Amino acid sequence: MPDYETFEHDVLVIGAGGAGLRAAIEASAAGVRVGLVCKSLLGKAHTVMAEGGIAAALANVDERDNWKVHFADTMRGGQYVNQWRMAELHAKEAPDRVRELEAWGAVFDRTKDGRILQRHFGGHKYPRLAHVGDRTGLEMIRTLQDHGVHQGIDVHMEHTILSLLKDGERVVGAFGYERERGRFKVFRAKAIVLATGGIGRAYKITSNSWEYTGDGHALAYDAGAELIDMEFVQFHPTGMVWPPSVMGILVTEGVRGEGGVLANKDGKRFMFDSIPENYRAQTADNEEEGWRYCQGHKDARRPPELLTRDHVSRCIVREIKEGRGSPHGGVYLDISWIKQKMPNAAEHIKRKLPSMYHQFKQLADIDITEQPMEVGPTTHYIMGGVRVDPDTQMSRVPGLFAAGECAAGINGANRLGGNSLSDLLVFGKRAGEFAAKFARENSLGKIDNDRVDAVAREAVTPFESRDRGSENPYAIQKDLQETMQNLVGIVRNESEMRDALERIGSFKARAEKTAVTGNREYNPGWHTALDLKNLLIVSEAITRAALERKESRGAQFREDYPDKDERFGKVNTMISKSPSHSMQVRLEPLPEMPDYLRQIIEEMK
Amino acid sequence: MAIATFKIWRGDAKAGELRDYTAEVAEGMVVLDAVHQIQATQAPDLACRWNCKAGKCGSCSAEVNGMPKLMCMTRLSDLPLEKPVTIEPMKAFPVVKDLVTDVSWNFRVKKKIKPFKPRPPDAPDGTWRMRQEDIDRVQEFRKCIECFLCQDVCHVLRDHQMHDKFIGPRFLIHVAALEMHPLDTQDRLEELRNTQGIGYCNITKCCTKVCPESIQITDSGIIPLKERVVDDFYDPFGWIWRWLKKRSDRQKVEALKR
Repeated sequence: MPDYETFEHDVLVIGAGGAGLRAAIEASAAGVRVGLVCKSLLGKAHTVMAEGGIAAALANVDERDNWKVHFADTMRGGQYVNQWRMAELHAKEAPDRVRELEAWGAVFDRTKDGRILQRHFGGHKYPRLAHVGDRTGLEMIRTLQDHGVHQGIDVHMEHTILSLLKDGERVVGAFGYERERGRFKVFRAKAIVLATGGIGRAYKITSNSWEYTGDGHALAYDAGAELIDMEFVQFHPTGMVWPPSVMGILVTEGVRGEGGVLANKDGKRFMFDSIPENYRAQTADNEEEGWRYCQGHKDARRPPELLTRDHVSRCIVREIKEGRGSPHGGVYLDISWIKQKMPNAAEHIKRKLPSMYHQFKQLADIDITEQPMEVGPTTHYIMGGVRVDPDTQMSRVPGLFAAGECAAGINGANRLGGNSLSDLLVFGKRAGEFAAKFARENSLGKIDNDRVDAVAREAVTPFESRDRGSENPYAIQKDLQETMQNLVGIVRNESEMRDALERIGSFKARAEKTAVTGNREYNPGWHTALDLKNLLIVSEAITRAALERKESRGAQFREDYPDKDERFGKVNTMISKSPSHSMQVRLEPLPEMPDYLRQIIEEMK
Repeated sequence: MAIATFKIWRGDAKAGELRDYTAEVAEGMVVLDAVHQIQATQAPDLACRWNCKAGKCGSCSAEVNGMPKLMCMTRLSDLPLEKPVTIEPMKAFPVVKDLVTDVSWNFRVKKKIKPFKPRPPDAPDGTWRMRQEDIDRVQEFRKCIECFLCQDVCHVLRDHQMHDKFIGPRFLIHVAALEMHPLDTQDRLEELRNTQGIGYCNITKCCTKVCPESIQITDSGIIPLKERVVDDFYDPFGWIWRWLKKRSDRQKVEALKR
């Protein structure tokens, strides 16, 4: 075997967004040697894009809030197919994780009495999101990054992992390449934490960057772990739709939290006509009450714009399909109207939503303090991912942990805004803690050199392609994105998804014939070719899971099964690799919820 | 559809040159869109960094027509397209390949800056109290997305290559954010004056001009830091004044708690 540079860590964390950094910090604090691998530079991960805030029942703004309400909100938002234990741990531990960030230097916006301010967000009963204007994710990642670099974590920036390495059943390392020079590297570790984020690049219209190619999902699947809930892809209701080059870029839910309203081309606030039964009791039935809610009046109920994301997205799609959309195929999101309600509204908007102001001004020539924005759904997040033990975050593969977006369970069929940043912190910490424990209890395993050689050989085939074919990796990626967007998007049906599966099969064949030019040094064409494998695995998983769930629930809407079906309310879809290497999907019963949690849900109904 | 010409720097640490490419211009396009179009159709191995494409991550820094810019926030409609648009890598850092530079020096510098160390919590539940007006300025500094364009334009780094003596505007702002953090208890003035080289900054404000986050780097950050350094070493009255101010700040916090 060629001599690859080899690194040794007790715990290797793959991914350096919120979950990866938090895991690395925790493992390092536990006294083990930690390596952190990330595809970009440190501090550039997608967490940086999170805008609205971190959901945690601190009860700083409304003293009625507590973990039980947060738990009930999360379960209701996820349509009760969440892993109850994760939702419970998340609700209980999120406040401590937020306070810890403050101790590490984060500077959250303040209440009048000097505590951490919290804002309203969709699906949360009380103002719950700790935030910094509309750049909370930046604050979080920078705080973790600056804290982490002083802890002696070895950071391997701009590295991509191609495969996990096993010794028998256990995971014992990872193999990948340095993007800058193209050199292969072996990472030996006693435990590995996957924190690779999402899959947004499988879709054409997305808020996600090039990094989100489902690496953790695919690496875990290949290593024998199970994936659950893959059909649940969150389409955020408000992405930019115009001009074309910015299509999909996120417009924070914070706009609606601050009083922004959705309207169709006739100026009608269509959300008032579409309040689902299970939210009716807690939703305003008139505009005035909705506004009072955003102003913090405790007797008011939330405006229907702040219903859950899955629902708002579908209503927007309906308005557009039925011809009531805006000129560029979206609907209007208007925050400028609040000038009727408050003096200095323009200044207020700029202070509470500075990056939205900037983004629209600079990229779309729109002044959001004066004009409405045009918005439409954009692929934002995947609820599905690696199935893990709720307490330890370990997958069924010993030594392999997962946290954050690439793990599943907390969100069920739909994630509430703000629950992602808190998820990263709560379960990033837990994954780091238990990975360190696993590392202390186990020794380094044996590296399978044949496997390493095989992965390395496969990785360089696009350079030796003349006799194999000449597929452009960018073109395959684009075709895949269009297929997923059109056939496995917000509205789904069996025949289109069968069609998608066939196409994915043909993309797989094409992906084996990619050809790239140049050399291995910082070559985006080559990187794109290598990322295709993961994108194809997650695309197939999403499609197969969506076919299996023959009902509409949360983020999954099937026009051939438009209603919720009680039978599917008791199961998760579960994907795994069969002994013959084909993808198998089955329905896995949900774990039984204990009475004390059942009671909480009843009480909060 | 209109066609625009781009001269993009291609090469590595050893050598390189501007090469011509063309891209179709659509409404609202930014420079990064053109680079992506060129990658997908003409130069698949053209190296550039990017992530969020919305001015929030600070990855796609480059020099567009000679100006340090985020490519994702630079609209083609704001450039004179009758002439070729030149895109070059940042010049204050060594080139890796094409538009990608080796910015690792920045990460090493940050590691050497004394980390945040808070005073003991103000409340029994382990939390602190801060007034919004006392953190406004720190929050402004913390908007920094670490694009390093300020480092790129700073003549101390760009022209004089004094990377071993001067930490540059990005990290002066980082130090300012720590020093002005109401909870922080560390003192970083000694190293600011010595190893971090604050004296090398002669306030030309080029950093402020290129900052995509519009942080008032010089006026709000560097000048107050310079004043503190001078006061600390040469002005005993300033020292007493700061001590008094700190005491009154503490009293305000006490008042908030009550």
